[in-house]
Amino acid sequence: MSQSATEAALTSRKDGQFIHFDKVTKRFGDNVVLNDLCFAMGAGERVTLIGPSGSGKTTILRMLMTLMQPDTGTIRVGEDYLHHEERGGRLVEASEAHIRKVRQRITMVFQSFNLFPNMRVLRNVTEAPVHVLGLSKEEAEERALGLLAMVGLDHKIDSYPSQLSGGQQQRVAIARALAMQPDVLLLDEVTSALDPELAAGVLDVLRDVAKTTDVTMLCVTHAMKFARDISHRVLMFCEGKIIEAAPPEQMFDSPEHERTRSFLQSVLEES
Amino acid sequence: MTWDWGYAWETLPQLLDGLGVTVLATLAGTAIALVLGLIFTVLRRSSSRWIAIPTEILVEFIRSTPLLVQLFVLFFVLPQAGIELSAFMTGVIGLGLHYATYTSEVYRSGIEGVPAGQWEAAKALNLPARRVWTSVILPQAVPPSIPALGNYAIAMFKETPQLTVITVMELLSVARQLGAENYRYLEPVTIIGVLFLALSLPTAWLVRRMERRLVPAPRPV
Repeated sequence: MSQSATEAALTSRKDGQFIHFDKVTKRFGDNVVLNDLCFAMGAGERVTLIGPSGSGKTTILRMLMTLMQPDTGTIRVGEDYLHHEERGGRLVEASEAHIRKVRQRITMVFQSFNLFPNMRVLRNVTEAPVHVLGLSKEEAEERALGLLAMVGLDHKIDSYPSQLSGGQQQRVAIARALAMQPDVLLLDEVTSALDPELAAGVLDVLRDVAKTTDVTMLCVTHAMKFARDISHRVLMFCEGKIIEAAPPEQMFDSPEHERTRSFLQSVLEES
Repeated sequence: MTWDWGYAWETLPQLLDGLGVTVLATLAGTAIALVLGLIFTVLRRSSSRWIAIPTEILVEFIRSTPLLVQLFVLFFVLPQAGIELSAFMTGVIGLGLHYATYTSEVYRSGIEGVPAGQWEAAKALNLPARRVWTSVILPQAVPPSIPALGNYAIAMFKETPQLTVITVMELLSVARQLGAENYRYLEPVTIIGVLFLALSLPTAWLVRRMERRLVPAPRPV
């Protein structure tokens, strides 16, 4: 990776370092998925991670969502460590209470939607605002109705997830995530399970979110046009390392690294 | 040996009293097994090994020892430790405790059937643990478990005659007493067989119907 790309990978385009990965390593058995990873994002920044399957992109999202722990290294969100906390001047494993406090600023939209099938659409969106943020049922419903209108599904509030198409389920999942008013929104291949027509609807909703909110977005996707539209920076991953980082125009129009060029070429051919 | 309808008719009221005790013991034992089994399951999944491992050992121990032995311990040994319960109460607790280890397995299997993505979504929304269980996991895990739980309730019903060894006056105890008093066992023992059948068969039919409604058919691969 060239010097300029390294600098871009390590620092955020915006001022400050809201999310900060410091020498993060993650292994699964002998397989090193992330290798001494360092990178930072500013508040409100939108970053897209691209790269071949198994390169560690989703692992980054899952660690930020506390669905898995780094083997070594630290992750900070704002002033707080995510998996650790400072006690008596030492960095120790975080308590559940600490993790819950930091995690409240982050939420995630999954590839397979993961709506709660036992709840109707409206309750899927109000459940966490009521029981996590402490909103009254009326306040949570008002917020949910606004968000469901934004994703074009306010007429489906009484439906169960099984009565919706995949695209509709994913739009509800986006509304559910936004109802938490997170500082950080993680998007894990949110259109991979959808056919192109349904995927377009979901990506339009996310473009709106990017345009109308200042939420920090970290996105893993193979939808390159979408990545170009919404991202401030695109990071190319390969074998657990960032091999190139650049603004989307530069990344997609004149990538520096040979591996990036071949990856983008293969994605282009596939689509 | 001939069937005496007059004697059979005469014993029926006392046998029905015994049936009442049997049904009550089954219902109370089932209630304990359902609640305690769920508690066992949640404790076995605890992230603290100080909770999970002792619970696992306790469950394995109870499941691997005979109900009859457990009834003897509860009825004859506990009073020596100053814990005195009525025979009926002891029987209900014994049945409930023993079957809780089986219902715990049923719940475990139901919980494992809930996709990992549901746990992850609950975590991504930062839902508190209690809410995750009550709103997300159990509502999805319990309905498919109901038929298996129903089968264990039927099995427990058929095991209530074991309570006779700790002097609970359930169906078999009443039949034995009638037989001993009148030197005729044929009628009371036959009648209790019919009574067990009369309750077991419709309940099993009901469980099968629930199974068809609640357990999703396997998806075509």
